Amino acid sequence: MFNKTPTSGPATAAMPPAQQALGAQGIGAVLARHRRLWLALLAWTITFVIFFPIFWMVLTGFKTEAQAIADPTLFFTPTLDSYAAVQGRADYLKFAWNSVYVSFGSTLLALLIGIPAAYSMAFLPTKRTKGTLLWMLSTKMLPPVGVLVPIYLIFRDLGMLDTRIGLTVIYTLMNLPIVIWMLYTFFKDLPKDILEAGRMDGASTLQEVLYLLIPLTLPGIASTGLLSVILSWNEAFWSLNLTSSRAAPLTAYIASFSSPEGLFWAKLSAASTMAVAPILIFGWLTQKQMVRGLTFGAVK
Amino acid sequence: MKLTHALPLTALVAAVSAAAQAQEITVATVNNNDMVIMQSLTDEFEQAYPGISVNWVVLEENVLRQRTTTDIATGGGQFDVMTIGTYEVPIWAERDWLVGLNGLPDAYQVDDLLRPVRDGLSRDGVLHALPFYGESSMLYYRQDLFDEHGIEMPEQPSWEEAREWASELHDPDNGLYGICLRGKPGWGENMAFVSTLVNTFGGRWFDEDWNPEIDSPEWQAAIEFYVDLLGNYGPPGASSNGFNENLALFSGGRCAMWVDATSAAGRLFDPSESDVAEALGFSQAPIAETPKGSHWLWSWALAIPATSQQQDAAQQFITWATSREYIELVGERHGWTSVPPGTRTSTYEDERYIEAAPFASFVLEAMENADPTDSTLKPSPYIGVQFAGIPEFQAIGTQVGQTIAAALTGQTTVEQALVSAQRSAERAMRQAGYYD
Repeated sequence: MFNKTPTSGPATAAMPPAQQALGAQGIGAVLARHRRLWLALLAWTITFVIFFPIFWMVLTGFKTEAQAIADPTLFFTPTLDSYAAVQGRADYLKFAWNSVYVSFGSTLLALLIGIPAAYSMAFLPTKRTKGTLLWMLSTKMLPPVGVLVPIYLIFRDLGMLDTRIGLTVIYTLMNLPIVIWMLYTFFKDLPKDILEAGRMDGASTLQEVLYLLIPLTLPGIASTGLLSVILSWNEAFWSLNLTSSRAAPLTAYIASFSSPEGLFWAKLSAASTMAVAPILIFGWLTQKQMVRGLTFGAVK
Repeated sequence: MKLTHALPLTALVAAVSAAAQAQEITVATVNNNDMVIMQSLTDEFEQAYPGISVNWVVLEENVLRQRTTTDIATGGGQFDVMTIGTYEVPIWAERDWLVGLNGLPDAYQVDDLLRPVRDGLSRDGVLHALPFYGESSMLYYRQDLFDEHGIEMPEQPSWEEAREWASELHDPDNGLYGICLRGKPGWGENMAFVSTLVNTFGGRWFDEDWNPEIDSPEWQAAIEFYVDLLGNYGPPGASSNGFNENLALFSGGRCAMWVDATSAAGRLFDPSESDVAEALGFSQAPIAETPKGSHWLWSWALAIPATSQQQDAAQQFITWATSREYIELVGERHGWTSVPPGTRTSTYEDERYIEAAPFASFVLEAMENADPTDSTLKPSPYIGVQFAGIPEFQAIGTQVGQTIAAALTGQTTVEQALVSAQRSAERAMRQAGYYD
């Protein structure tokens, strides 16, 4: 507010005559190049910092237990012992199938409920819409452990403990606020006129949603779905507490390799690598969709 | 002719009816080495008891505790067998959460179970869990270094001597530390060790009216000794070292001494896992003012929650997994150093075990000497050597563990740490209704 000095003024005045002769455009290009370089460097640094733990985990999975706890080193003779031990102890495919089932099942269910909900809030808002949206978000502010006992009791009485259906329902409920919020923002960006034009042509509400809304906001829906899949895949609190043997997903699989007595880092890393691999590959394949969805409507 | 037909037919009928009644039991356990072996022998059990199949739920210790407590308190009935410790068994038994194990078969030989372990798992004389393996604590040291420096280990070392040896052998420039001890906060981590140290310095957790005594002179002396010893002659970052970290340090030849669980002995003696297998020496845990409570007593036990729908099958499983036959089976399949220690007298009388595990007699003596009902110099109202057997202890122990870890890192002085620990313990006990 108080800095009213025109930015170009002092800068040009301080410039040596030679550069002044270069003209504003030349300097701009040099600055832009520098900026790009710095930005690239920053981006790489951040990427490295975020990726390093995953890289280290993958590396540790190929070490022996003794190497895993010894002084950190990048160079060692890789071994598959930990993978063999991990596979010998638990059936990876069973856990992986449970993970796929509950994360995709819950995402599908959340989209099925979320799309109509977001549609009504985006296109037919009432004076309570804002309040409802905030209320939904507020359910995410409660620590899950606060409702553990009531949910456990409900699940016990409904016979849903240690069932995939039960876990799917919980994940749906867990992700629903986020799904509705994201869909709501995507839907709001869609000009109302398009839907109105459809209605003028005699489309019913269902047709409007199916043939206009969904195709036009598909990148947004896709990225919402992907986020929901990833969140469900990584969720550990409910999966550890509500499942025991039949419906246990990969998070429970990882948890079983930690140990209070004895060395376990290499085996734990091998198990973790196997648990994150499918979702990592899935994320890699769909990253274009994700980025497109997340920046969807960002530039108006 | 008829008979030859009848026999397979009967077998078939028996098999079919067994399959029809096949019972599935779910066993919740932790990922410790002995449990991994038990898991790998599931087939043996299922062959011996064709009507029962076993499902495993393996969880990290703290998760397991939370998970089983939730299930048992809400009557979820998800588990038929639970792996719990000496601390939980009496508390859970008192709430009628566990099935009392009255009708154990004669072949099980209940009297063969070590008495302190059996007492720890009983309430009103009835066993509520069967011990899977047990441990005490002892002093491990590097015989080669002790010989080099001409130090002779007495039968019963004192903590003062231990400090002298630690200062003599401490050589951090060459990656060798005088002593390794637990520093990671937690009632089952640093406080397991610290409680035994306090015991032997003459202190106790509570007086007879349940008033905490953490700011007593005995605690002060014990914790000052601990901070001085581990701070000056311990490895860097000792406040984040638990059992696992110290095991790795000691077996890598980085510690001259280590006081910890007797269950580490098997691994330390195994040349494939330990660099110091050849040079390993062991002795009783050091003492200070009194030998009482200078080494702990712990066992991992298998219990049947009252909510289990398959209590008979579950009892068959836990009697199998804690039987002499099971120990025999592990000895033959995995070697005698791998048998679950600290549960049965017969294990320690077995020549094969004594030969494979030279530490056997030490462990047996340490376990038999540990008396959870009389572990402090002054009388105390609680049962337990390295813990006080009340539900509030988990929270209090962990809180005190954190303040002591803070004193170890130098964030607070020992005196400040103990004053604040005392205050939080008093608050917790008042809230729990022990006094107004």
